[in-house]
Parts: sequence; structure tokens; C-alpha cells
Amino acid sequence: MTHDQLAIIWFVLIAVLWCGYFVLEGFDFGVGILLPFIGKNEAERRTVVSTLGPVWDGNEVWLLTAGGATFAAFSLWYATLFSGFYLALLLILVALIIRGVAFEFRSKRGTAAAPNWRRNWDAAIFVGSFLPALLWGVAFANIVAGVPLEMQNGNSEFTGNLFTLLNPYALLGGLVTLGLFTTHGAIFLALKTEGDIRTRANKLAGQIGLVTAVLAVAFGLWTQLAHSNNTAASVVVLVLVVLAWVGALGANRMGREGWAFIASAATMVFVVVFLFTCLYPNVMPSSTNADATLTVQNAANSQYTLTIMTWVAVILTPVVLVYQSWTYWVFRRRLSPSQIPDPEHGSLDLPHEVSA
Amino acid sequence: MNALDLARWQFGITTVYHFLFVPLTIGTSMLTAVMQTAWFRTGDEKWLKATKFFGKLFLINFALGVVTGIVQEFQFGMAWSDYSRFVGDIFGAPLAVEALASFFLESTFLGLWIFGWDRLPRGLHLATIWAAAFGTMLSAYFILAANSFMQHPDGYVINPVTKRAELTSFGAVLTQNTTVATFAHVISSAFLVSGVAIVGVSLWLIMKGKSVDAMRSTLKLGAIVAIVAGLLVMYTGDVQAKIMVKQQPMKMAAAEAVYKTAENVPFSLVTVGSLDGSEAYWALDIPGLTSFLATGSWTGPESTVQGINDLQAEYEKKFGPGNYAPYVPLAFWAFRAMIGLGGLGVLFAIFALWITRKGRVPSKAWIRLMSSIALLVPLVGISAGWIFTEMGRQPWIVYGLMKTENGVSPTMSSFTVGLSLVVFTLLYGALAVIEVGLLVRAVKIGPPETVELMDADDANNGQTLTFSY
Ligand code: HDD
Ligand code: HEM
Ligand code: HEM
Repeated sequence: MTHDQLAIIWFVLIAVLWCGYFVLEGFDFGVGILLPFIGKNEAERRTVVSTLGPVWDGNEVWLLTAGGATFAAFSLWYATLFSGFYLALLLILVALIIRGVAFEFRSKRGTAAAPNWRRNWDAAIFVGSFLPALLWGVAFANIVAGVPLEMQNGNSEFTGNLFTLLNPYALLGGLVTLGLFTTHGAIFLALKTEGDIRTRANKLAGQIGLVTAVLAVAFGLWTQLAHSNNTAASVVVLVLVVLAWVGALGANRMGREGWAFIASAATMVFVVVFLFTCLYPNVMPSSTNADATLTVQNAANSQYTLTIMTWVAVILTPVVLVYQSWTYWVFRRRLSPSQIPDPEHGSLDLPHEVSA
Repeated sequence: MNALDLARWQFGITTVYHFLFVPLTIGTSMLTAVMQTAWFRTGDEKWLKATKFFGKLFLINFALGVVTGIVQEFQFGMAWSDYSRFVGDIFGAPLAVEALASFFLESTFLGLWIFGWDRLPRGLHLATIWAAAFGTMLSAYFILAANSFMQHPDGYVINPVTKRAELTSFGAVLTQNTTVATFAHVISSAFLVSGVAIVGVSLWLIMKGKSVDAMRSTLKLGAIVAIVAGLLVMYTGDVQAKIMVKQQPMKMAAAEAVYKTAENVPFSLVTVGSLDGSEAYWALDIPGLTSFLATGSWTGPESTVQGINDLQAEYEKKFGPGNYAPYVPLAFWAFRAMIGLGGLGVLFAIFALWITRKGRVPSKAWIRLMSSIALLVPLVGISAGWIFTEMGRQPWIVYGLMKTENGVSPTMSSFTVGLSLVVFTLLYGALAVIEVGLLVRAVKIGPPETVELMDADDANNGQTLTFSY
């Protein structure tokens, strides 16, 4: 295959990894954001967190793989993007750190033995889910719209700062991903739980989903009109986004939770496809100097590396998909607060310390 | 401090911190799998208790390994963008394969293991921890292949137009002797650390009189692993040293503070002298050992070790003016700390076997104190090994191809990197306190007194979960 074709394949593969990430960690973020609102007591909150228990780490690996794949296939994009968006990325990293630790540690101490312990970790889960859900939207909106890039010593370098990234268009994009992920998480919770949590999640999904729909249409039209390089294709995808979201909210309303989840997952996929369709053939357009724009072709790595990596991806990705799907199958059962063993009791407290 | 210095501190701190959890993850996941296998094969409940107990400690450790790893994946682009541009064509590939082949494996199968006790048939459940343990090894392999490229670039050409390094043989990156030797050395040292950790914890609980039966067995397991791993570490370290002398002679010269090229070079256990090495006031030497480590010969012309001054002159001729020696005292002491502290760990394992022989239970307070800090000794040793490897490579970030000062992100201000350095340091510090608190608490409780197991059938009928977050 020619270098040009391989570069396009890798552009598509990176989009696929982001699709996986938005679908999977998208609902993780949503569940984390909803945790303080949907869980009214300890047993309920533990039920909510336990829906993510076996899967959240595997979901996050989609991000790590997207990062690694960008490094392997488009080093120049990886270097310019991550050094340019440094502080935004720092915020995301801090959020992901405290959130991951919180999942693992929150139920280690009981409510009697350590009164603030769980409240603090729940706050960490909320903040750690809220920030990335918002910031990934901000980041992608900036990438699609273009940021100030200039040539310096032969490299395309970001010349703005954190506040350059916080423009109205990008913030709207942030609100859209925040809303999408939160709704997606609520739909997931309705699918994975029983009783009150399920009812509440179902209702919240409908409400937040509607608000999100308005924001998303505004952002979608703005993107389509101002920032799409492939207007014909992107408008088709935009329609698919809308249809899938309508389907998700409709199915949610009818209590068809499985269908609602499939449709909201499809929405996540179409959103990523929409953004990448608008972007192509660029990977990081410059808003100030067309010569500094990074494209699929000028940012791609060597033919040899792309070929090797294509083989690796073709062989390993299906295997990963098989065993990850199997995990979801193993843990397919709905959870309810009645299944949580001894909810107030931490797994690392001696029984006599939890006299309450 | 300028942005470069801050970026170096940040990389050093975050990576050393990540690597505190990594060796424990690699070793303990596999040893937990061994314990569970013992239970599976014998049905002896003590092994089930041991599995649950060390599994719990392992998971507390694993959590921090995971979240600190996320930073690693992104910080090359954030703080070392010119480095990423220069070697990305080569370095990115193993990193991406690591994520795809091993991170997915370990995270998914650990999820299955943690939550799957009552969901999976016993044999299948056992297989999940083996898969996860295998994933951690695979992860180590790919990341070490990437690191080995920085120590000894192989399988690449420099593109004359772009001036970037390009991959010509992925096979060479994955199988060059640097990679293979480093992998063997790192894995065996990871087992050394984990073995000692298990011995320390088991001994402490034996002295407390908790689950003595189970802890005696895990003490033996840990001690045997530590001793065997210790031998392998020495062997593989020796192999590495011989490779290093060929590939990075300056590093060996710095490790031994050999300034002038000489034959029959001694290994100084301790040297008191002036820092620049011009004068040694007092030294405890093993004659010829450095020569032997480096070349395989104790004396004669084959035992010649090149000195820093001669290498410096040679490099100036080759690469132009500049200082090509790493900071010698650091390399010298880090090398000794690695060997010494790792060795102490092995001695502790032997000692623990001895004092618990034939059912004896030691009771001295100092022994208990020793067992509670035993783990830290080889852990500091293994970090010293990395500090030696990485600092000994300076001033190069990619040996012979790119200097560290040229790899840093040109757009990054010292404010930006200073801020992230402070944020990471404070956050990591706070997490360390929490983590140690949880580990201590878990050890104090000790293994469960009784263990009940549910079958997959009961569980699927909506019973209480055996484990929930
Ligand atoms: C010798 C082994 C070794 C070394 C030198 C490193 N790591 Fe590591 N890393 C592991 C061995 C490992 C591991 C044992 O496989 C871990 C520990 C906890 C875990 O999840 O896997 C891990 C975790 C881990 C994770 C989280 C994976 C997850 O979420 O499951 C990432 C992203 C990285 N590492 C990336 C890196 C990078 C970019 C490094 C280079 C600076 C690095 N690691 C050094
Ligand atoms: C195997 C994967 C690793 C890779 C790819 C890697 C890569 C790097 C890079 C790019 C640097 C340059 C930054 C700098 O010079 O400061 C560096 C430095 C450093 N690394 Fe590593 N490293 C790895 C593993 C480790 C581990 C496991 C440790 C310690 C536990 C470690 C400790 C250090 C230290 C202390 C520095 C600072 C050296 C200095 O700045 O002078 N590294 N490494
Ligand atoms: C006789 C004993 C040992 C010898 C001769 C030895 C030798 C070496 C050498 C030469 C290196 C540098 C490799 C390079 O720069 O490319 C190294 C690195 C390292 N050593 Fe050792 N070592 C010994 C014991 C230990 C012990 C006991 C530990 C752990 C407790 C340990 C952990 C490490 C680690 C983690 C590294 C860095 C990673 C690597 O490059 O392998 N070593 N060792």
C-alpha cells in the first residue's frame, strides 16, 4: 500500500479508537457525574459505582491506545497537540488520576470508622468525571476549528495559551460532550440497575438528553457551517447523530433500555465520525498560518512504521473486542442496593471499629 | 531553574514514582496467581486465604500503578515534544503496541478476577489472574524495548530530509540484546522486590500470631522467589554490564569513577575521596572486579576499562565540544545502592527462612521492625537501578543521537512546567500517604479468618455480591 493510503487508514483507525473511548468511557464519566445526584444512600451509591467496577479501567485503555497510536502513526501531531494543549491536558490527567484512585479506594473504609472518607472520594469521582467530560469537548472543538500554529525551527508549534482554548465555540463543544456523556451514563445506569436508581436514571436521561439535544444541534450546525472541510459528507453524519439521539431518547422514554443504550452509543460514534469528517484531510489546522497546518499526509510517520502498526492493529483489535465484550457479558446482570454486602462497612475496617 | 531542568525533575519524579508500583505489580500479580493455583490444585484453604490477602494488597498497589501510568503515556508529548518528533517513528510503535497488547489484557482480566469470584467457574477464574499477570510482563517488554532504543539505538536510519529517525526494523528494536537483557534484569528484580515484600508481610503476621499456617507457606514461597530472583538479577546484571561497556562505555566508567583508562581495575565498595576523582583518600577495593564485570577478565590487556577522561576526548572528537560525562558521584552511588540494597533484600529473605525454621516463631521487637520495612530496601534498590541507567546516559536522551537539552518542548514555559511539577508532586505525595495508610491497615487486619465461596449459579440468581466497590 502507498504511504498516502496508509496515512488515511491510520487517520481512520485513530477515529475508531476515539469512538471506542467516547462510547465506553463516555458512560463512565456520565455515571461518575450522576453519582452524587442519583445515589441517595450508601447502598445506592455503592450500587452505582459497582456498575463500573469491572470495566472502567479497560474502558480507559481506549484513551491510552488512542494516545499511543497517535504517537506511533502521527508523531508530529502528538508532539504539537500535547505540548500545545499542555495545561488543559494537565487538568485532564489530574482528573483521571483522582477518579481512578477513588473507584478503587472509596469503599475500603466504612462510614463509621472514617466519616469523611467516602464523601471525599465521591467528590473526587464527580470532579474527576466532570472535568474530562467537559474538556475533551473543548479540545476536539479547538482541533476542528483550528488554533494558532506557526512554523518555528521547521516545526508547527502552538502559539496560544490556555485561554486561547477557552473560546465560546470550544466551550459550547465542551458542554455538548458533557451533556452527551451524562445522558449516556444515565441510560447505562438505567440499563444496569433495578429499583429506584433505575427509575431516577431513566428520568434524568430524558431531561438532560433534551437539553443536550438543543446544545448539540447548535454546535453541530456551527461546526458544519464554519469548520467542515467535507460539507457533503459531514452533513450526512450530522443527520445520523440527530437520528441516533432521537432514537436514544425515544427508546429511553418507552423504557426500552437496551435499545436506548445502543442508540446513545451510536450517537457517540457518529459524533466522533462527524468531527473527524469535518477535520479531514487536516489533523490540526492552523488558524493563523496555513503553512503550519498539520495534515494526514505531512504529519504521518514512515511507510514502514505504518505498515507494521497496521498489521498489529488488524490482528489485536478484534481479540481485544472479543474479550472486552465477554466481560460485559459476564457482568450482564442488573445490580440493586440489596446485593451490596454490608453497605456501611469498609473492606479495610476491623469489624469492631464499625459498631454503628 | 529553567524549563529544561524543571522538565527533567518532573520526568524523573513521575517516572520513579510510577516505577515504585510497577515491580510490585509485576511480581505480586504472578505470585498471587501461583497461590491461587496452589489452592485450585490442593483445595487447601490456607492458599485461598493467602490469595485473597495478597490479592488485596496487590490491588491497592495496582490502583496507583494504573493512574500514574496514564501520565507517562502523555508526558512525552507534553514536555518532550522535540524528542517525540525526533524518535516518534520508532518510539511510538512499542508504546502503542503496549497499550493494545497488554494494557487491555491486564485491565480487562483484572476486572474479571476482582469481580468474578462468584461469576466464573473456578478454573476460568484462575485463568483470568494468569492472563492479567502475563499482561503486566508483556507491558514491561514493550516499554523496555522503547527504553532500550534510547540506551542503544538500533533498527533505524536518519532521514536526510526531515532529520528525524525512522524505523527500519521493528524486529531489531524488539530483539536487540539491550532489550532482551534489560527485560530479563527488570523482571527478575521485580520478582526480587515482590518476594521480599511477601516475606516481610508474612513474617510480621506470623509474629502477630495471625493466620500463621497460611503465612508460613507464603513466607517460604516469597523467600524462595526472592533468592532465585536474586541470583537471576546478578546474572542478568552481569550480562547487562558487559553489553553496556560496549554500547555506553561512559556509563560504566562513571559507575566506577574510572577516570584513566587502565587494566585490572578494582571495584570499590566504598570510596572516600575528592568528588572529581582526582584523589582517593581511602577505599575498600575488590581487585580486578570492575574489569571482570566489564570485560570478563580480571587482569591483562583484555581487562582494560576505558576511563572518563579518555572517553571524553574521544567523544569531543566525534560529536564536537561539550561535556559527555554524566554526574559521576550519582552514577557511582546509585550503582552501589542498587546492588547493595537488592542484596540486603535477599539476605533478609534467607534470614527470615532461618528464624522461622521448623515452626519457630521469633518474638524480638527488632525483627518485627525489620519485617515491616523490609519491602522498602529492594524497592529503593530497584529505583536506584533506574536512576543509574537514566542519569548515567546523560547528557544524551537518545544515546549518541540526541541530547536531553534538545528534546524538551520548545513552547513550554518554565511557569507551565513548574506548575505541573508542583501539581504532580503534591498529588503524588498525598496519594502516597493514603496508599501507605491503606496498606498498613490491610496488613494489620491480616488474611480473612474464614472464607466462603459462592458458586456461579447462586450468584446469577441475584444473591449478594461477594465483592462490590
Ligand atoms: C518494567 C516495567 C514498566 C516500566 C519501565 C513502565 N511501565 Fe507502565 N506499567 C507497567 C510496567 C512498566 C505495568 C506493570 O504493566 C503496569 C503497572 C500497573 C499497571 O496497570 O500496569 C503499568 C501501568 C502503566 C499504565 C496504565 C495501564 C492501565 O491503565 O492499565 C500506563 C499508561 C503506562 N504504564 C505507561 C508507561 C510508560 C509510558 C512508561 C515509560 C516511561 C512506563 N509505563 C514505564
Ligand atoms: C522503560 C521506560 C522508560 C522510558 C521510555 C524512559 C524515558 C526517559 C526519558 C525520555 C527521559 C528524559 C528526560 C530526562 O532526561 O530527564 C528519562 C529520564 C529519566 N528517567 Fe527514564 N524512562 C523509562 C523508565 C524509567 C524508570 C522506570 C525510571 C525510574 C524508576 C526512570 C528514571 C528516570 C530518571 C530519574 C530520569 C531523569 C534523568 C535526568 O533528567 O537527568 N526512567 N527517561
Ligand atoms: C550484581 C548485581 C547487579 C548488577 C551487576 C547489575 C547491573 C546493572 C547494570 C549494568 C544496569 C544498567 C543497564 C544499562 O544502563 O543499560 C542495571 C540497571 C538496573 N538494575 Fe541492576 N544490577 C545488579 C543488581 C540489581 C538489583 C539487586 C536490582 C533491584 C533490586 C537491580 C535493578 C536494576 C534496575 C531496575 C535497573 C534499570 C533497568 C535496566 O536497565 O535494566 N539491579 N543493573
